[in-house]
Amino acid sequence: MASKTTNLVADWDPNRAAAIINAHLGLEGPALPILHGLQAAFGCVPSEAIPMVAKALNRSRAEIHGVVTFYHDFREAPAGKTVVKLCRAEACQAVGGREAASFLLASLGIGWGETTPDGAVTVEAVYCLGLCAAAPAALVNGQPHGRLDGMSLIEAVAEETQP
Amino acid sequence: MIRLFVPKDVSALAVGADRVAKVLTQQAGEGVQIVRTGSRGMTWLEPLIEVETPEGRIAYGPVTPADVPELLAAGLLSGADHPLRIGRPEDHPFMVRQTRLTFARCGIVDPLSLDDYRAHGGLEGLTKALAMSPEAVVAEVTASGLRGRGGAGFPTGIKWKTVADAAADRKYIVCNADEGDSGTFADRMILEGDPFCLIEGMVIAGLAVGATKGFVYSRSEYPHANVTFTEALILAREAGLIGPDILDSGRSFELELRVGAGAYVCGEETALLESLEGKRGMVRAKPPLPAHVGLFGKPTVINNLVSLASVPVILAKGAKAYADYGLGRSRGTMPIQIAGNAKYTGLFEAAFGITLGEIIETVAGGTLSGRPVKAVQCGGPLGAYFPPSLFDTPYDYEAFTARDGLIGHGGIVVFDDSVQMGAQARFAMEFCAIESCGKCTPCRIGSTRGVEVIDKIMAGTERAANMAVLEDLCQTLKYGSLCALGGFTPYPVMSAVRHFPDDFNGSGTSAKVPAE
Repeated sequence: MASKTTNLVADWDPNRAAAIINAHLGLEGPALPILHGLQAAFGCVPSEAIPMVAKALNRSRAEIHGVVTFYHDFREAPAGKTVVKLCRAEACQAVGGREAASFLLASLGIGWGETTPDGAVTVEAVYCLGLCAAAPAALVNGQPHGRLDGMSLIEAVAEETQP
Repeated sequence: MIRLFVPKDVSALAVGADRVAKVLTQQAGEGVQIVRTGSRGMTWLEPLIEVETPEGRIAYGPVTPADVPELLAAGLLSGADHPLRIGRPEDHPFMVRQTRLTFARCGIVDPLSLDDYRAHGGLEGLTKALAMSPEAVVAEVTASGLRGRGGAGFPTGIKWKTVADAAADRKYIVCNADEGDSGTFADRMILEGDPFCLIEGMVIAGLAVGATKGFVYSRSEYPHANVTFTEALILAREAGLIGPDILDSGRSFELELRVGAGAYVCGEETALLESLEGKRGMVRAKPPLPAHVGLFGKPTVINNLVSLASVPVILAKGAKAYADYGLGRSRGTMPIQIAGNAKYTGLFEAAFGITLGEIIETVAGGTLSGRPVKAVQCGGPLGAYFPPSLFDTPYDYEAFTARDGLIGHGGIVVFDDSVQMGAQARFAMEFCAIESCGKCTPCRIGSTRGVEVIDKIMAGTERAANMAVLEDLCQTLKYGSLCALGGFTPYPVMSAVRHFPDDFNGSGTSAKVPAE
């Protein structure tokens, strides 16, 4: 099978992908654990991996593509170096979440789901981090931040992006 | 050895608990042990640290790293006075009003210590269940009156009996921990603060219905909870709480954690099962019920996390003790989660029957901003907005239904008078469009049309005609969708329209909502 050269994933390694797939085949319903594993390794679910997953699970490529594209988490290309998962849901809205989000997006010059041109920051909308009693909230590279406003949100992102 | 307790619940970490713990470790000196706990649920006071004294645990909060030297100098380690001193947490008015059954240990114990768990009543329920017949365990859960805490309110015991009565070579217990509703965090607090309680509840469920395998379906938005629960599973397996021979009983139960991938609709039970099977999270038509044809086609108990975590205390204290709390057909307690623009945010476990007004005005202390409360959204993004004129509604499944609302998973989001309800209604439709699985046309397409119609109304374009279209669209969504995502999105939309018609004027002129 000819592999597409998408150049989306710099460190694509079919052997590594195969090892991740094989490590999960003993599970009941292994598809999501495999896709999570691939994304953890490559920063996205590389398109080259989809036929491999399909073959291992005895499902069609279309079906696996359908699974990957259904879930908001799975990316087809890697995100920026710093990923901001910013809550857009009601509890955060009630204490200025919309304003804090607009402030961050304007300062970065990007929209929801976009990455800054230098590849430094991606801002993703999430719908609830369970931090609703300390809202507005965000995960910045997995680190939780609560009781945010526009300024403290920008500071939290700057902390992660500065070397 | 003096023991200091610092929460590692993610809501405490989000406001600096790790930094506080680090400074305490550096400055508290020899002979001080720092124990990381879950959260008590008084989130507005986080980071809330506690010190063990002869008078009990004394709390201080909210503590910043900069407060630590001064606190230590003032005598933190002996529970001395300080402006941040709260006193004994259980004496705090927020806690005194509560009935902590499901959350009895949360914030108190080290979540990864089975010794701590046992010392605080853990495994009493399972020990009793192991000595009972499976039928008797199901009967006990039925008699407790426990209903699904995810929102649907279906009697848990009846669900269990259906699975127990089903003949199959394999059955499953699935915990729905896909807690996607904004304003809710009860599942997360258990996963982070008392994970063995969920494990115990699921083992009891397995014994009761004859299932030997369980899955917890959590969320990718809960990375900290997933780490803690994974560690708890390892410890539980080592201790024989799960595995081939549960507590030397000769009976087996295996348990796995699975993590979703950012799809709200997977909180719907049949979409969740599809997702566990490795498919797109598309809702299934019912019947067949999951109790008959569930995960991998086998009879499956799928319960909300809070329902399962309430089972150990029901077995330990007896069905009657649990059912003695509550009102009407809503028995026991509910972890009410107060979020958004409230002065006192957090988790408040109380018997059903407390009024919405008491929760908002007394427990939550009104708004954080100090401005008047305009609306509260109850039950997550699919729940209705209640105006203060409905604050006499008792917290009870049926009473909320009677007022075109729902208690859902127990979330309450408070909004002050700066909220624009037209924008909230629009967001409800937008959220439905983003998260729709796409199976039902009214939900898939109606939600996008809903956003457009609300935009027209807000812009003042043929307002009365478009309001009629919106009402009609909501009726179609309500009656033409398989699951609650499409079916309940009309709740926030129509409650906003009915209770706050002036917010749909756009220009601020008084266009009337057409009467149906």
